[in-house]
Amino acid sequence: MRLGVLFSGGKDSTLALHKAAEKEEVVCLITLVSENKESYMFHTPNIDVTTLQAEALGLPLINKATEGKPEEELKDLEAAVAQAMKDFKVEGVVTGAVESVYQAARIQCICNRLGVWCFNPLWKRNQKALLEEIVSEGFKAIISGVFAYPLDNTWLGKQIDEDMITKLVALSGEYGLSPSGEGGEIETTVLDATLFKKKIEVLNSEVEAKGNSGVFRIKQARLTEK
Amino acid sequence: MILVVDMNSLKNPFGFSEFVLPIVAVAEELEKCVVKHYLEVNEKNLNSYDKIILSGSAMKNTVTLDQTARFTWIKDCNKPVLGICAGMQTAGLVFGGRLKKCREIGMTEIATLKANQLFSSASKVYALHNYAVVPSNQFEVLAESAKCVHAIKHKQKNTYGVLFHPEVRNKEVIQRFIQAF
Repeated sequence: MRLGVLFSGGKDSTLALHKAAEKEEVVCLITLVSENKESYMFHTPNIDVTTLQAEALGLPLINKATEGKPEEELKDLEAAVAQAMKDFKVEGVVTGAVESVYQAARIQCICNRLGVWCFNPLWKRNQKALLEEIVSEGFKAIISGVFAYPLDNTWLGKQIDEDMITKLVALSGEYGLSPSGEGGEIETTVLDATLFKKKIEVLNSEVEAKGNSGVFRIKQARLTEK
Repeated sequence: MILVVDMNSLKNPFGFSEFVLPIVAVAEELEKCVVKHYLEVNEKNLNSYDKIILSGSAMKNTVTLDQTARFTWIKDCNKPVLGICAGMQTAGLVFGGRLKKCREIGMTEIATLKANQLFSSASKVYALHNYAVVPSNQFEVLAESAKCVHAIKHKQKNTYGVLFHPEVRNKEVIQRFIQAF
C-alpha cells in the first residue's frame, strides 16, 4: 500500500514513518506549515527543517502553508492529502498521533471523506516506552520547544537520551506532565534516524525563552554524511 | 484468561497496534490476555478463556461484516462477550440485527437508557464508525447517541456491544466488563 506520512519532523511522526516503512511503501511526506503559533493541529518549532529531513530520507515532501485558523487549517490539510493522492497515488495516510483525540479525529474525518486509509501506528502507546524506542533506535531527537512548568531553557537543544527519559518520567510523576509531551509540553526535532541517508548538522541556532516557555530555533543547517 | 479477537483485515498492516494492543493494555491491568485473529477463532478453541473481547477496526475495514457465518460461535458459546465497534456490529449481525449508515468521528455525547454493569455515566465517548447496528429484539439498548445505538446487551446472555471505543476514552467500561464476570 502506498502511504503518505503527516510529518512535522518531530520524534512521533518520524517514528510513525519508520513503523510505516517496515510494513508498507512510504511514497511521500506531508507537512503543514502553520503561521499560527497556537495551532493545536500543526504548529511546531523548526517546521522548515522538514525540507532537509525529506532530503535526508530521500522522500518527496508536500509542503503546504496554512494560516492556522481553527478548522480552516483542516481544509488546507485536506487539500494536501488530496494532492498526495493525485501526485503520488497515496492510498493511506500515517500519523504520529499517540493520545490526542482532537488531532486524530480530525485527520480520520479528512481521510474518511477522501476515501483513504488512516493509520496511527503509535496510538495509545505507553509514552515512556515510546521515548525508549526512540533512543534504542538511535534517533537523534532534540528538544526544540518547552511549554510547561517546570521545563525551562536548560532543556532546549538537548538530545533525548536515557538520562533525559528518567528526568521526564520523574517530572511526570511530580507535576503531571506527559513524559513525551503529548499535552504540548515538549516539541522535538529529529536530526538523525535509521532511515536518514544523511544526518542534519545544525550550523546556527538561537534560543528564545521566557520562564517555562521557549524554543530552540534552527536558523541554519545542512546535511552531512553519516 | 481473556481472549481478545483481532477483527482487522489481514490487509491492514496497523490494525493490530491501533485497535487491539490498546485493549490488551487496558485489560491486562486486571487479567492476562491472549490475542487471536478472527480467522483463527472457532467454537472448538474457546475452552481456555473465561471471557471474550472483540476488537474494533479501521473505518475502511468492514471485512468481518461480510463474514458473519464465521462468528456463529458468539451465539453458541456461553461466555461473556464484549464487542467493540466492529465487534459490536458483527455480534449484532450474528444475532439477526442489521446495519445502518451512521458516521460519527471523535468525542460524541451518549445518553444512558438503562442501568447496566458496564457504565453508569459514560456521557462522552470516542466514536469512529461509518455504520451502526439496529439490534434484533434479542437485545436491550443500554445507550444511544443522537444518531444511533451505542451500547447493547443480549437479554438472556452476557453478550454486550459498545459502538464507541472504551480503550481510547472510558477504559473503565472494559475493566468493569472484566470484573463483572
